[in-house]
Amino acid sequence: MRARHMKLSGWGRALAVSVRAWRPERAAGVAHALRAGRDDGVIAYAGGRSYGDTPLNGGGDVILTARLDRILSADWKAGRVVCEPGVEVGDLMRVVQTHGYAVPVSPGTGFATVGGCIANDVHGKNHDRHGSFGDHVDWIDLMLPDGETRRVTPDGEADLFAATVGGIGLTGIMLAAGLRLRPVKSNAVLMKETPARDLEAFLAMQEEARDRHTYVVGWIDATARGRALGRGILETADDSEIAVDAPVRTRRRMPIEMPGFAMNRLSVGIFNALYYHRVPRRGRERHAPLTQFLYPLDAIEDWNLLYGKRGFHQFQCVLPDAESPTGLRKLMEAISAAGTGSFLAVLKTLGGAGKGHLSFPMRGFTLALDFPAKPGVTELLGRLERITLDHGGRIYLAKDAAMQPDSFAAMYPRLDEFRAVLDRIDPDRVMNSDMARRLKIRG
Amino acid sequence: MAGREEQRQTWLVLGASSSVARAFAGAAAEDGADVILAGRDVDDMKRTAGDVSVRTGRNVDVLPFDAEDLAGHEAFAADARKRADILNVFLAFGAMPEQDEIDADFALAAHAIAVNYTGAVSVLHRLAPHLEAQGEGHVVVLSSVAGDRGRLKNYVYGSAKAGLNAYLQGLRARLFRKGVSVTTVKPGFMDTDMTWGLEGMFLVASPEQAARACLKAAKRRRHVVYVPVFWWGIMTIIRHIPEFIFKKMNI
Repeated sequence: MRARHMKLSGWGRALAVSVRAWRPERAAGVAHALRAGRDDGVIAYAGGRSYGDTPLNGGGDVILTARLDRILSADWKAGRVVCEPGVEVGDLMRVVQTHGYAVPVSPGTGFATVGGCIANDVHGKNHDRHGSFGDHVDWIDLMLPDGETRRVTPDGEADLFAATVGGIGLTGIMLAAGLRLRPVKSNAVLMKETPARDLEAFLAMQEEARDRHTYVVGWIDATARGRALGRGILETADDSEIAVDAPVRTRRRMPIEMPGFAMNRLSVGIFNALYYHRVPRRGRERHAPLTQFLYPLDAIEDWNLLYGKRGFHQFQCVLPDAESPTGLRKLMEAISAAGTGSFLAVLKTLGGAGKGHLSFPMRGFTLALDFPAKPGVTELLGRLERITLDHGGRIYLAKDAAMQPDSFAAMYPRLDEFRAVLDRIDPDRVMNSDMARRLKIRG
Repeated sequence: MAGREEQRQTWLVLGASSSVARAFAGAAAEDGADVILAGRDVDDMKRTAGDVSVRTGRNVDVLPFDAEDLAGHEAFAADARKRADILNVFLAFGAMPEQDEIDADFALAAHAIAVNYTGAVSVLHRLAPHLEAQGEGHVVVLSSVAGDRGRLKNYVYGSAKAGLNAYLQGLRARLFRKGVSVTTVKPGFMDTDMTWGLEGMFLVASPEQAARACLKAAKRRRHVVYVPVFWWGIMTIIRHIPEFIFKKMNI
């Protein structure tokens, strides 16, 4: 088995590193790649949909899981499937929908993989109702750094399970995972869009919606200022009994990488204003395929080229309920003052803590937005990190490429438990990544 | 007609752990056929079998098969035949050691010949009578453009594939008389385990593209196809370079 020397970057494209990449097609190949690992260690690289340096390992090895993409078995009576880590959630969703199920938790892109969803303990637009991805995992077949394969369950070896769910790949390479599905009556949801005129109104509407609807998400206009600060559109959705025609899978591609100046204050401001005003003030309702509701941006496969050669950063944090009104206002003010422009920012609620030591969710409000990687963006991200920390919040590792190690340690109180597991299963530090080094995760 | 429709098509996939074979099994099942996966890594084939049957609802069997175990091929062929109404064959196994390693060790040359030529001829030879008897079906063999001309960089592998190509010409004539088609597929570069990390790859086909092309070629009863098709042009040029120039070239 050969490796290939290549450049890899996260979805934000702001960082690109040189790696030696293995692409095993079966378990034997994974073992080979783990053994071949060099001083700089090895990490799994799956769908490439996390934004920063989670799956990067500059100067070291990565194991691409793209060819480990089989659905191994399905029990349609019990609503359970077994998947290899490289199976894309959108692909899995389409397969299980034909049998009356949905993948219970899915991120905003169907191109994320099962392995990536576990490693980042991702959440969707239904976190209050259904928790995060790790809450639906029965077991994980994990190849540990020493090459031994073990079936890890939430009860059996609880701390290894907690270190693997949300553990950004540092406990080893997954070979398979057993997942629980959610029964649904059709492939569709009934969705409703309602505009919110400012931040206060928006928070009140979300607070009310989080207990009443299965899916709740808010698109927030990060360019609005003054009295309109924090205005946006609330989208709620619930399972529908009426099926709709499955969307034809047209994959449009970005024809070119846009020039760096395309995403400027003016263009983004106009886009956001149009996006806000397209929904009538009284709101509107329609039936939509669940996949279309979950993956609005997947229609354009490589939309990350919008931000040009330099790429972009995504910032996502969560603030506890009580801190959210003041904390979010400070965040929105800092963003709007910087004027760097973020097209499609998201504000939504989260229901509670995940099962992993490094799981992102906590009960509160989460805000996510993009910034072009232009001069000044580091300072802005630093200010947002400070505000998050001051309000007892947390930054999402799947999005991050800029956080400081001490902030990370302060935001993730179970870091010590995580480190203890890694010290036990990986004393030689076979698993490693740019994020692990940057955040000093191993201490 | 009703009785005729119950005759289920089954594809026997030899060398089923390769990415092209996996993709072919998926494409054939999607097309409505059952599948028998055959190869050495039974655990891995069971995983592929699960994937294909979950996605398509077709029956997928797994049979242990070793291209170099010539003595076992007779019984293997009979077993495969028994499991199918109408048996079709996709042969996807192969071995491609580096030429410089072969130059240093004859055992590697012998292995390449044993797998790519002898093993392929052996199993096709044992399957042929069964195919003749059923009087219909398709055989698709994954050969290589390397068989079109012996090259400095790959001539042992190339010679084994060239021998296989000649064998398939004869087999095609034999099985044609009984209504069975034989298709020789000559892939250029494919994005597989075998080529991952090799320098100088270009115009690479994905396993899914190659698999779809193979299935389409079988249904059209094609004789020889290049995948992707522009490799026919490339190989036509390469075949026509005069030997006194070709021997000096570093390809």
